[in-house]
Amino acid sequence: MTDSTQMAQTGILDKLTPSTVAGLVGKSLTKRNRGETVFQAVGIGAISLAVVLVLILFGSVFSKGLPAFWQMHINLDVTFSEDRIKVAAAPVREDFANDAEYQDARNKWVNSLNFVNYNALLLDALSKHIPEANDDRRAALALVTSGERFALRDLIANDPSVIGQTLPLTLLADANVDVWLKGNIDRSLPDEQQQLSAQTREWADRLYAEGIIENNFSTALFMNSDSRSSLASAGLAGAFMGSLFMMLIVIVLAVPIGVCAAIYLEEFAPTNRLTSLIEVNINNLAAVPSIVFGLLGASVFILAFGLPMSAPVVGGLVLTLMTLPTVIIATRSTLKAIPPSIREGAMALGASKVQAITGHVLPLAVPGILTASILGVAQALGETAPLLLIGMNAFVTSVPTSPLDQATALPVQIYLWQGNELRNFFEGRTSAAIVVLLAMLITLNSIAIWLRKKFETRW
Amino acid sequence: MEATMTNATASTAEQKIQDRTVPESTVGEVHVENPRMTARAVDVYYGEKQAISNVNLDIGLGQVIAFIGPSGCGKSTFLRCLNRMNDTIDVCRVEGEIKIDQDDIYDPRIDVVQLRARVGMVFQKPNPFPKSIYENIAYGPRIHGLVKSKVELDEIVESSLTRAGLWNEVKDRLDQTGTGLSGGQQQRLCIARAIAVSPEVILMDEPCSALDSIVTAKVEELIHELREQYTIVIVTHSMQQAARVSDRTAYFHLGKLVEVGETKQIFTSPTHELTQDYITGRFG
Ligand SMILES: Nc1ncnc2c1ncn2[C@@H]1O[C@H](COP(=O)(O)OP(=O)(O)OP(=O)(O)O)[C@@H](O)[C@H]1O
Ligand SMILES: [Mg+2]
Repeated sequence: MTDSTQMAQTGILDKLTPSTVAGLVGKSLTKRNRGETVFQAVGIGAISLAVVLVLILFGSVFSKGLPAFWQMHINLDVTFSEDRIKVAAAPVREDFANDAEYQDARNKWVNSLNFVNYNALLLDALSKHIPEANDDRRAALALVTSGERFALRDLIANDPSVIGQTLPLTLLADANVDVWLKGNIDRSLPDEQQQLSAQTREWADRLYAEGIIENNFSTALFMNSDSRSSLASAGLAGAFMGSLFMMLIVIVLAVPIGVCAAIYLEEFAPTNRLTSLIEVNINNLAAVPSIVFGLLGASVFILAFGLPMSAPVVGGLVLTLMTLPTVIIATRSTLKAIPPSIREGAMALGASKVQAITGHVLPLAVPGILTASILGVAQALGETAPLLLIGMNAFVTSVPTSPLDQATALPVQIYLWQGNELRNFFEGRTSAAIVVLLAMLITLNSIAIWLRKKFETRW
Repeated sequence: MEATMTNATASTAEQKIQDRTVPESTVGEVHVENPRMTARAVDVYYGEKQAISNVNLDIGLGQVIAFIGPSGCGKSTFLRCLNRMNDTIDVCRVEGEIKIDQDDIYDPRIDVVQLRARVGMVFQKPNPFPKSIYENIAYGPRIHGLVKSKVELDEIVESSLTRAGLWNEVKDRLDQTGTGLSGGQQQRLCIARAIAVSPEVILMDEPCSALDSIVTAKVEELIHELREQYTIVIVTHSMQQAARVSDRTAYFHLGKLVEVGETKQIFTSPTHELTQDYITGRFG
């Protein structure tokens, strides 16, 4: 058919001899190659820009956050002298008829510990290094963060035998001492702009030089919950537990519900008006701003259902609603990607639809479903706005022990801390909290990658 | 205006065929003495569109019957009616009566699972499960509860693979994935998978179209051996293949069954003009 004599008509194809074609292709090739180079350059540029921005972000967060994991501590030999601790002997179980009576007596005794003058104990200990400490008691006591008085009380309560002994203790320094010694405040500022008195600053410098005050890794950030009276011991434990409870609720609710909904919609649902309406709504739901879910949570879960304010259970439910569309959409696209020949193969052998799905489709979809779920959970973990609307920005000083207790969440804690008046101290604290949050997110994503690799089917 | 002579010739040939009327009733003997499956007045619709109209056909016990015909004429559609695989297509509607051993397969009391255990299917593209070779074969017997012990299951796996002529090639790597086999091996694995549930009928939709000629020869040989135990329906585009493997041949055209008869007769002296044109390769 290439023989031109057979052609009924001559057209453009006849004018294209091999040599002209070669020339034209060569010409267009230069253009195409240029296009390709430009495209690659743009791509590489975009990636470089993204990498640089991420590095800047991580760099600034880590450079501020990591030092905050180390805090100034004062090493003191605290004498629990009987002169200072004038309380009755601790009750012993054997002296009582039953547990209830013993508990009663013990509670009374622990209560009596609240009247001990712990400042006096601290002053005694400080005087060993600063003989003139008693001349300016306020200045001396300002070295140790206020929360450590309760730590001393708890020490006695847990082990009454310490009374009369001298123990070497490592106490947290006050937040302002931390700021001063780390140089996070301009040392040349005049006295009235300094948070600490001149005397305290002088003593702090002296103890630091003598090695009595040391910059050590601090567990306060992880073990304590938020605090306003003793800023140096403010920690993330409460927020961490709050986030953990919410994540558990999201995993337990959003993942199974989302996956089941996706399987039904994708594999079983008939195609009709109703299902396409549902489909459109799910897609729309994924685009609804998260703060709207917070409003919904406040009006439905708290007002209508009477669930407690500020509780992780409400936060978890709100985040579940928010995560559901993500999980459903991602699971459906995973299911769509499974070749229909696998389903047909199973059904042709006599497998029922459910058997074909559970036996052949789902195993292939597991990696995708897991990835989708974990990314959904990670998204929920970092969510702040809806939690503010259900009161999870409350100031909570105790670590929640159940999803019904009051709590905050990690991102909310970050939000609260970055607004704290003591900027110099909380800037580091905030960054440290961000580091913890990032660490959790990276862990979740790594788990997602690991699971995907583990369950991936090799074709 | 036609650009080339070749196009013009093809066009006139098509025109000629268009002019030939597709017969209302099938030419040749649709009945056999000893049918395993019978189809009577079968119409199939995809939504509004009719894909099969008024097909009557017997599928003889222990015979191989080949479906041939131009692309889009409804061979696959009719084949898929025989094990109700069309049920999986929402818009597809089947009318008429299809029976296997006197049981109406579209009877609501018949469970489609049971039917498919009796009428197995092999697809055009090999579709082994992305699981081990052993699991590929064992799946069917297991879901139907055909075996009571691991020993019996092992036996089924071995004999199915042996019948499919694959045992010697894979016996040392039963735990390797079925998708790692070559195309021909995969297709024989799929045949072994179908055999493993001891079906009465095996439907094959162009089982060799994705395979090269050597592997095709192997599969054809296999079909030859399987005819002893199973009734086989095979759709093929290769006239030679139909001639080599089948006892009877059915020629479909535009959704109608035009002619059916002994394979030898169809290929040597077709009755209908459409069949003649197709056999002699004038179109298709
Ligand atoms: N799922 C479907 N939905 C709608 N129409 C369909 C569907 N499957 C097949 N058809 C139509 O039904 C007719 C018959 O198709 P079928 O697949 O049975 O042809 P065939 O003879 O197997 O062709 P081929 O030789 O190319 O495989 C065609 O016109 C096709 O377009
Ligand atoms: Mg077909």
